[in-house]
Amino acid sequence: MLQWLPEDVSTYGHEIDSLFYLIYYITAVAFILVTVLMIVFLIKYREQPGRRALYSHGNTTLEIIWTVIPAAILIVLSFMSVNTWAKIKRNPPATDFEIKITAKQFNWDVNYPGPDGKFGTEDDIKFDNDLHVPVNKIVRLHLGASDVIHSFFIPNLRFKQDLVPGRTIVGWFEATKPGKYELPCAELCGFGHSGMKGWLHVHTVEDYKKWADEHLAPKPQ
Amino acid sequence: MSDTAAAHAAHGHHATPSFISHYIFSTDHKMIGRQFLFMGLLMLMVGGMLAMLIRWQLAWPEAPVPGLNFIPEPYIYPGPDGGGIIPPQTYNALFTMHATIMIFFVVMPIMVGTFGNFLIPLMIGAGDMAFPKLNMLSFWVGVVAGVVMLASFWVPGGPAAGGWTGYATLSARAQYTGVEWGQHLWIISLLISGVSSLMGAINYITTIINMRAPGMTYFRMPLTIWSLFITAILLLLALPVLTAALAMLLFDRMAGTSFFLPEGGGEPLLWQHMFWFFGHPEVYILVLPAMGITSDLLSTFSRKPVFGYHAMAFSMIAIAFLSWIVWGHHMFVSGMNPLLGTAFMMTTMVIAVPSAIKTFNWLGTLWGGSIRLTVPMLFALGFVSNFLIGGLSGIFMASTPVDIFIHDTYYIVAHFHYVVAGIIFALFAAVYYWFPKMFYRRMNDTLGKIHFVFTYIFFNGAFFPMHFLGVGGHMRRIYNPTQYEFLKPMQDWNVFITWSALILGASQIFFLYNFIYSLFAGKKAEQNPWQANTLEWSAPTPAPHGNFLATPTVYRGPYEYSSPEVKEDWLPQDKNLGGSASAVARGH
Repeated sequence: MLQWLPEDVSTYGHEIDSLFYLIYYITAVAFILVTVLMIVFLIKYREQPGRRALYSHGNTTLEIIWTVIPAAILIVLSFMSVNTWAKIKRNPPATDFEIKITAKQFNWDVNYPGPDGKFGTEDDIKFDNDLHVPVNKIVRLHLGASDVIHSFFIPNLRFKQDLVPGRTIVGWFEATKPGKYELPCAELCGFGHSGMKGWLHVHTVEDYKKWADEHLAPKPQ
Repeated sequence: MSDTAAAHAAHGHHATPSFISHYIFSTDHKMIGRQFLFMGLLMLMVGGMLAMLIRWQLAWPEAPVPGLNFIPEPYIYPGPDGGGIIPPQTYNALFTMHATIMIFFVVMPIMVGTFGNFLIPLMIGAGDMAFPKLNMLSFWVGVVAGVVMLASFWVPGGPAAGGWTGYATLSARAQYTGVEWGQHLWIISLLISGVSSLMGAINYITTIINMRAPGMTYFRMPLTIWSLFITAILLLLALPVLTAALAMLLFDRMAGTSFFLPEGGGEPLLWQHMFWFFGHPEVYILVLPAMGITSDLLSTFSRKPVFGYHAMAFSMIAIAFLSWIVWGHHMFVSGMNPLLGTAFMMTTMVIAVPSAIKTFNWLGTLWGGSIRLTVPMLFALGFVSNFLIGGLSGIFMASTPVDIFIHDTYYIVAHFHYVVAGIIFALFAAVYYWFPKMFYRRMNDTLGKIHFVFTYIFFNGAFFPMHFLGVGGHMRRIYNPTQYEFLKPMQDWNVFITWSALILGASQIFFLYNFIYSLFAGKKAEQNPWQANTLEWSAPTPAPHGNFLATPTVYRGPYEYSSPEVKEDWLPQDKNLGGSASAVARGH
């Protein structure tokens, strides 16, 4: 099952993946344990002439064991998740590279701040559905929506965040490998939801500079 | 208590009822239970058909569906060589209506409506529900809700297409989905359906508190009754929140308010909070009766007491309490404050514990038993097997970082189908098990076993590979997966799932045939065909209006199978072994 995970090209993706793997192995053990016991019991304790079922109402020691062990495992899992979650969603690192995304039915409006470094000014540079960033650079996203809720999903970065009309949500990522990665909308947003997608282009530093010179440089008057 | 019970026994002796008062506007809880069953099974066929169309589109996007061209444009487009092509808008309506119908008009009417009504009075030794007229009203209001929901298929613009979760702002303005009246009717139908459920809930709670037979203490109630009792309390507390949210949504759509619309100062996330504050307890409303019924069936057919009866009852109570503080796990990536996400992760991890306790106690019940693999037992075991997978897959999404990736993917679709669609196994188990009490005849065993084998295999064939799709990042609610480069290598799984789903759907013919045939021509049932202990089997078959010939006295718990006190391996709750008078006294 795990071979289907898309290639991870972000700095924090491996933390998500290793939690995923850990839970996968724990649940696989629990699944096999219960299933095997169930099959064994169904065969061993099938109705046979002359044998009477055990008259037992339970066992307190067992109840305590199978309450405490799962509880302990689940609490440990929560604490293991807390830091990764905080890193990804709660404490975006500082950066000088910012992009504003406004989702609308059924497009991603991608805005670069332009030479003045501010959004919402006349020199903003806007693209449809294509997002260009340099590799190994922390990218801060200002995510908003103008009509309905959309969800900005980049499977290869393990990035997902809903975009809610009426508010701006900050997200971040740092891509570790140049390439072209698909960017679908993951929240039902109307009849055009399917096919609402863009591309994230992660460039090497040189390629990014070339692209920026061509597309982000101030237009000669 | 006994006064009320006696009053009901007396009111049971009606003059010969007319056809209408017997079959249509009946106040007999058993007839109302049957009515809910027929309504639920009819809606199951509708919801199942919608699922088949969804699966067709996902496996063979935009290929014409044979025979679908009777639906006019723009809802369905004619294929070049016959058949009909499903457009995106219709696809969105299909999954919206599939989920809405399955949850509100199949699982709720059958698990809560049918078995709640049919079993509560019979299993606690009462003559009827506390409020028989309210009970009748609850069913007929439910019918109105169903009719309104089905009517929305015929209004211009088609039915609701904003998902069963109806997220604002998509659902709050007609221009966003292009659906005007379909969505209005969806809201109105759910409002009406809430009234129906509320009347049922009040009735169940009152009946269980006030009308238990002498000796039937709370901790002598079968776990089925415990589960329905807790479910009714959850319904009573959760539905008003849904009703409020739906009313606000309707006002936003029709009266120009802006509860959920930011341009008027509203907040889209408010809808999600209210919806899931109802929606998560709702999941337990759906699954608790299945758990209770499964516990009873495993005990009966293992010929052994339920392992850890008190642990089972208390774990359901724990689930009921915790279900109020986990709703935020549906909203980890919604834009809600991430710190809240951390808190909801903790509560969600905790609620997995009582579910684990239940699973282990089911195993404990099997251990050392004398297991009879009857048809209801097979389906009950199928429920355990599915719930195991659905419960374990839930741990992934409880972990907030993992949820970032799998949220809104097929991993979630796999998870909730293992839990909610898995309930269908408990539903079938219950129908096969109580059919002799409900319709005085037996269903055919061989057909039942064939039905189980097909359903079990193809259920897993349909839903297990959805985990793989989810791990691959396959979004839910997309119309055409081949529009995405990264999903193309996984398309074969979509085809595999669709074939499994189509066969799963087709194999329900075995059930339908068995059900209808047995209804009219099945073997006559004895009074206690499964040699079970609970009170419904002490009532005569057919049970008259009023149920019991004399109010039964309960001497013991429901699970005294293989008790050393008697030679047989069962010991009914109301069987007087002599010298047990003290047991009754203890009971009160």
